[in-house]
Amino acid sequence: MITIIDYNAGNIRSVLFALERLGIQARLSADPDEIVKADKVIFPGVGEANTTMQYLRERQLDEVIKGLKQPVLGICLGMQLLCTHSEENDTECLGIIPQHVLRFRPRQGEKVPHMGWNSIYNLRSPLFDATLEKEYVYFVHSYGVEPGSYTIATCNYVQPFSAALQKDNFFATQFHPEKSGKVGAAILENFLKL
Amino acid sequence: MLAKRIIPCLDIKDGRTVKGVNFVNLRDAGDPVELGALYSEQGADELVFLDITATHEKRKTLAALARAIAQHLNIPFTIGGGIQSLEDVEVLLDSGADKIAINSAAVRRPELVEELARQFGSQFVVVAVDARQMSGDWYVHLNGGRIATDIRLLDWVKEAENRGAGEILFTSMNHDGAKAGFANDITAQVATSISIPVIASGGAGTMDHFVDVFTQGKADAALAASIFHFREIPIPKLKSYLQEQGVNVRGV
Repeated sequence: MITIIDYNAGNIRSVLFALERLGIQARLSADPDEIVKADKVIFPGVGEANTTMQYLRERQLDEVIKGLKQPVLGICLGMQLLCTHSEENDTECLGIIPQHVLRFRPRQGEKVPHMGWNSIYNLRSPLFDATLEKEYVYFVHSYGVEPGSYTIATCNYVQPFSAALQKDNFFATQFHPEKSGKVGAAILENFLKL
Repeated sequence: MLAKRIIPCLDIKDGRTVKGVNFVNLRDAGDPVELGALYSEQGADELVFLDITATHEKRKTLAALARAIAQHLNIPFTIGGGIQSLEDVEVLLDSGADKIAINSAAVRRPELVEELARQFGSQFVVVAVDARQMSGDWYVHLNGGRIATDIRLLDWVKEAENRGAGEILFTSMNHDGAKAGFANDITAQVATSISIPVIASGGAGTMDHFVDVFTQGKADAALAASIFHFREIPIPKLKSYLQEQGVNVRGV
């Protein structure tokens, strides 16, 4: 069973629908037992880092997520929360991927949030296949992670940043595969095949 | 590189698209989900659904529509039209909407923008602005353009940004429907006066109008309705043309 962690995030239903379009029955759950027993876990998120971390801690979901051994896919805020720290309201995150989340600092009047379709490159992970190099995916975010040793896809806005990260069984995308057309669907399918 | 976005807009009444749609390969041209899916196939980057229903049942219809769109489409969509309250918005978010557009209600009570941004995040809040140029300056209009205000366009978009809007959808009433090009000068002023993305709307008639609104108008996205509905400009052709002209768009 694929379990989507159910908390007060915006795009949970979109992720559920995206899986349904792939013919996958997933379950929304905030129950630690169900999450731990899932074959794969998706940790979506749209919203503000601090409030969301607080919400997860109050329900002990932070410890549950940290302990997961099966493939996990963090999406957008879900990716950022897997990191160590976010500049968004100086938030201590889950610390699974040792990276810092920083706010975009525009250089030439670039708009923040980074909103829309942008291309991803330097793909290196079973999450992506070679045909996806330089394809466009949908982003909406004001904070991001600089490229580093856990970066498995890069994107350029203001400067290069991590479009996706991986550490062990934890995969994460800054973009929204559930809203990225056929490319996004291919990425979700790759995750489901892991 | 971040691509410029092409956004078809669908007018909805009682859950159905109202503007005449000239597609032969649709089973039901009035079905917003089917039409939206077709646009998505053709390479639309986002969709905007504007509900013009004027009944009390509106909230229910809109939520059901949002849910159907979210189930079937794999690109982002905005839903708007007569949204008044946090409760209206909560239902839409829960139904799977990616963004909501608020217009008159935000002008009448600007705190609404703040409340929505705080509760749902700025990325969820599109402030739609209809404005008309009158004796030199641009003024915000309400209720689909029927009521003039003395609020200046540039003041209002700045305020909307400060209160937490994630995006501005700007329609020039002087240009809307004329198919003589977008309001490039004022769009550029709006786009450079704020640091959130701007969707330009009103006036699309040719492919060059899109080139102009992205280059001269500095818009982040361009919205149009009838030229897409009546197939005057197919989206794949528009996108190839934009690429030839050096405008970065997502290929189809």
